[in-house]
Amino acid sequence: MDTLEQNPVHKDDYNPDLLEPSPIQEEYAPVVFAQDIVSHVVSIDMLSGQEDSKNVLCARKSGKGVLTAPFRLLKTNRLGVILTFAVYKRDLPLNATPTERIQATDGYLGGVFDIESLVEKLLQQLASKQTILVNVLDTTNQSYPISMYGLNASNDGLEHVSLLNFGDPFRKHEMRCRFKQKPPWPWLGITTSIGILVIALLVGHIFHATVNRIAKVEDDCHKMMELKKQAEAADVAKSQFLATVSHEIRTPMNGVLGMLHMLMDTDLDVTQLDYVRTAQASGKALVALINEVLDQAKIESGKLELEEVQFDLRAILDDVLSLFSGKSQDKGVELAVYISDQVPQMLIGDPGRFRQIIINLMGNSIKFTEKGHILVTVHLVEEVIDSIEVETESSSENTLSGFPVADRRQSWKGFRTFSQEGFIHPFSHSINLIVSVEDTGEGIPLEAQSRVFTPFMQVGPSISRTHGGTGIGLSISKCLVNLMKGEIGFASIPKIGSTFTFTAIFTSGSSSSKKYKSQQINKMSNSVSSEFYGMRALVMDPRPVRAKVSKYQIRRLGIHVEVVSQWKQGLSSICRGSNAINMVIVEQEVWDKYLNNSTLFFDTLEKIDYGTPPKVFLLSNSISSSGANISTGVCNMTVIPKPLRSSMLAAALQRTMGVGNKGNPCNGQLNSLSLRNLLLGRKILIVDDNNVNLKVAAGAMKKYGADVVSATRGIEAIELLTPPHQFDACFMDIQMPEMDGFEATRRIRDMEHNINNRIHHGELSVEAYNNVSNWHVSILAMTADVIQATREECLRCGMDGYVSKPFEAEQLYREVSRFFQ
Amino acid sequence: MDLVQLQRQFVDYKTSLYHEGFLDEQFTQLQELQDENNPDFVVEVVSLFFEDSERLLNELARALEQQNIDYKRIDAHVHQLKGSSSSIGAQRVQKVCIAFRNYCEEQNVEGCLKCLQQVRHEYSLVKTKLESLFQLEQQILTAGGSFPM
Repeated sequence: MDTLEQNPVHKDDYNPDLLEPSPIQEEYAPVVFAQDIVSHVVSIDMLSGQEDSKNVLCARKSGKGVLTAPFRLLKTNRLGVILTFAVYKRDLPLNATPTERIQATDGYLGGVFDIESLVEKLLQQLASKQTILVNVLDTTNQSYPISMYGLNASNDGLEHVSLLNFGDPFRKHEMRCRFKQKPPWPWLGITTSIGILVIALLVGHIFHATVNRIAKVEDDCHKMMELKKQAEAADVAKSQFLATVSHEIRTPMNGVLGMLHMLMDTDLDVTQLDYVRTAQASGKALVALINEVLDQAKIESGKLELEEVQFDLRAILDDVLSLFSGKSQDKGVELAVYISDQVPQMLIGDPGRFRQIIINLMGNSIKFTEKGHILVTVHLVEEVIDSIEVETESSSENTLSGFPVADRRQSWKGFRTFSQEGFIHPFSHSINLIVSVEDTGEGIPLEAQSRVFTPFMQVGPSISRTHGGTGIGLSISKCLVNLMKGEIGFASIPKIGSTFTFTAIFTSGSSSSKKYKSQQINKMSNSVSSEFYGMRALVMDPRPVRAKVSKYQIRRLGIHVEVVSQWKQGLSSICRGSNAINMVIVEQEVWDKYLNNSTLFFDTLEKIDYGTPPKVFLLSNSISSSGANISTGVCNMTVIPKPLRSSMLAAALQRTMGVGNKGNPCNGQLNSLSLRNLLLGRKILIVDDNNVNLKVAAGAMKKYGADVVSATRGIEAIELLTPPHQFDACFMDIQMPEMDGFEATRRIRDMEHNINNRIHHGELSVEAYNNVSNWHVSILAMTADVIQATREECLRCGMDGYVSKPFEAEQLYREVSRFFQ
Repeated sequence: MDLVQLQRQFVDYKTSLYHEGFLDEQFTQLQELQDENNPDFVVEVVSLFFEDSERLLNELARALEQQNIDYKRIDAHVHQLKGSSSSIGAQRVQKVCIAFRNYCEEQNVEGCLKCLQQVRHEYSLVKTKLESLFQLEQQILTAGGSFPM
């Protein structure tokens, strides 16, 4: 049969030398190349090769395309396959038998396929990118797959196997795809999950730590609370211990002092008296110290309460002045007090504590001042505020003694009262005082200034040795000032001096008191000033501050004062005679400088032709220095020692001018004399169920010159005190059977109230009641049992005060003086 | 006996009374109340005290013998005794009265009885002492001197 066929390239390389004629066989199938590419191959018999013949024959039999197994192509040596189709002479039915097919074969058609390039072209994208490795395999023989394309690198990675169907039923082809590179570690996932894990761990750790910490802190807190309670308890125990011990010490101390007092009354020679006095002074100092410590303990435990009584500020400062006058004279330091006119006569507050503060500050000043002056001033806060802006910088020479002082305005610089926001506009009755104590002493060293108000603090360890004291004074003062709703501050320049200033709020006394009381008060002030009222005085003093103090003290007596700084000026105004001058008060300085050796002054005075020449007084710093001056024998000049006090001035005036009657009693007899003055001729009712007590109390009253009536029952007291009656006061025992003191007082007050009302409404005539329309007899409780509760009860039922049983002179005087005089 | 010696004896005796706590400062005050207008003040008051106290002590003894002891009454009596003893300065009597009152509050009958005995004891002591004191005073007065206060 002659066939015109095409045949694929044979796998044998063309080498003419190797060409061999095809063996003798029944059929031949020579190749005719369609393309020139394989033109180098002359011609090949497809039926010679084993594989080829099988292929061809299969194609002929089946009528389908048949693929060979892959083999190396001629010349190119690339892997390839041959596809062979049989060409039939005529159309064959699909179910033609192979024999029929063989019969009908006309020829063959074959194609050569370069697998590599085929695959590459087809799978160009995937294969060439080399991320996916493609293996095409001929898997006709399962156990021996023939690789047609792709590297044979087998690995156990993921492989995707796909079947390839080229249309040849006799062969199976597979395509195996796998990633060239192993799937990379899912770093993102790992990192993320590790990150999340770490974060979760951390968060867990944080929670754990937080919970632990909270638990620990709570624990600590509990422990601290416990400790704090213990510490507080210890503190309270300490204060109580201090108070108890101090209290216990006080009792025997009082015994000691009492004994010393009695000792003083016995016969003693001079040495013994001196010893006793010293012992007494030490004892009193010890008691004062104990009281201070007790105060401190009281303040710490918050039990300190302030009284509210009426008192005269000027009288208190007079007292304090006299307390320190001795010491100041010894040291040669000038002591002065100035109280502004705008400060009312009577105030309501705690005089004892106020005194304590001032004594504290002045005591400190005295301790640390060797020269110059100590000036205490009291003003209303309103006055000072107004003058703050107006006052210009005063020169350092313009002070009381000429020595420079620490500027007082620095001492109140920080006060809230003066700042715009802080100023509390006072109620109409409240008086806001500002008190300054200015001295020219050593001052406080700058490094110590911040600790000044700390308790038990002193500037140096040697201070308590040289000056004494414990250092509690200022801290107690500060607490007291705070209780009085004020502030305390200071300004201090070392070697120049210190100025301490504090404010305190009181209420005005005279406006709220009953008419009865105010009558008595006016009587007292009138009695002092009436003697000198209307007189005129001339003060010769070149220093304006000091002159102001002198002027204030003199004006308290109702005397009109004119101040001159030059003595010649004064002389001319005396001689002018338009207003007669009754007295000339000369400051020591002026005397020393000008008048000591000059007779001109006194000659001129004597030559005044109208009326009596004025009396001359010398204000001297110390008693001793004045002695020499007077011995010049000129004129009658009286010496008044400083610190100047109205009472001393009044006494001196009385002596020289012959006005007024009594002299000043000495301090020792003050109490009994004063009690005598208070109670002389007064009608007093004493009520006590115990006969012995009654007799003793009545005896005491009689001693002071009072007219005493006794009663043993509350009912009797009520009867006796039904208006109208002549009683001035009543001492009522509290604990009585039948009706106790409280009940009796209540009934008496009700009765008085009733009658007063009826008199005011005109139902009863006032003449029938001795012309008194406001009945209120002073009732004082007598009790052995002076505790706070009793006191409050007393005040509540209308009593005016209380004294302890048995009577104690000082307390009696204090209580009684509130109603009389 | 010599006047001076008498006076010295008087002073010593009185001082010892204070020292031993039989009398306190109140007694001194009492003496100060005595003057020309009131020459027997102290003696009068002290006698009054003796009368009063004896009456009270009897009342107390009777009250404590009762079956149902009325502590309020006893307290009232002791209060009276305390008051009068403090008025004349009989310090030790006063102190026992304070303790007595405490037992009353506690309604402790044995304590009360004990205190009553003590009060009686102290009272009779102070009575004897004061009587001797007054005797000495009388002697000095009759000897022509004035007794030192």
